[in-house]
Amino acid sequence: MSTASPVEVEPTTTPDEITVLAVPWVTIVWNDPVNLMSYVTYVFQKYFGYDKKKAEKLMLEVHEDGKSVVSTGSREEMERDVQAMHEYGLWATLDKQS
Amino acid sequence: MTGFTRHRRSKRLIATFTGFEADLLRSLAAQLVELLRNEAAVPRDDVDPLEAMMDFSGPTTEPDDPVLARLFPTAYPHDEEGAAEFRRFTEGTLRDGKARAAVTIIDGLEEAGLPPELTEEGLMIDVELDEPTAEVWMRSFTDLRLALATRLEVQEGDEGYWHSLPDDDPRAQAHDIYEWVGYLQETLVQALA
Repeated sequence: MSTASPVEVEPTTTPDEITVLAVPWVTIVWNDPVNLMSYVTYVFQKYFGYDKKKAEKLMLEVHEDGKSVVSTGSREEMERDVQAMHEYGLWATLDKQS
Repeated sequence: MTGFTRHRRSKRLIATFTGFEADLLRSLAAQLVELLRNEAAVPRDDVDPLEAMMDFSGPTTEPDDPVLARLFPTAYPHDEEGAAEFRRFTEGTLRDGKARAAVTIIDGLEEAGLPPELTEEGLMIDVELDEPTAEVWMRSFTDLRLALATRLEVQEGDEGYWHSLPDDDPRAQAHDIYEWVGYLQETLVQALA
């Protein structure tokens, strides 16, 4: 529960920036001819904590579409995720959300 | 060739290797360690020696070796500066982690009875791993497979090509090893899941 209180709105912040800053980055995993489908699914479950259904859906996107957005968040968070994917041997990059 | 299973009572991940298989796996892991540790992480010719000693940062450009370029891919495809910074802060850690994982395989095989030089015929190596160690093996299998596949230039859906090569073709033999490590990894993932 919360109560409303008078807040001063920062006049230099435009609504656009607020929206963009909220969730601006994504981690993308790319298809490669090497990694096993079972392993990729396992990694998505283990690292991101996704259930098997979601992990398999993302894995199939990688396999069939060539890539999949596997997580979304701040630039720092996405750098951590990309580093973790590289630890697991998955080909991952980060980018601004399009 | 049996692959990994989970022992019902102890919950440990177990596999039995012939001496030849264990020796082969050790040799692959050792080659990976050598590759990860050998290629200089940063070209240092153009910097002052004192400055080089005080520089704890990592490399900023993609490794020349295609295997290393695949193991440490460029994180920012559209931002050279961001990619360089990311590499500087992560590649050293990633290299160490992958080298340590490969050493874990070597140690595990030797603790299970693989001698420094394989001479005895009919030797069998029983490996028993707890879950965290099995995960390290599983990750390192990926690195080994990526390394082999990069050297062999494996492509999506090229199985027919590899099976069409004569058995005595060294590339076919290397590809058989690549598939074997894939089988080990697949059985280990199934056993862990």
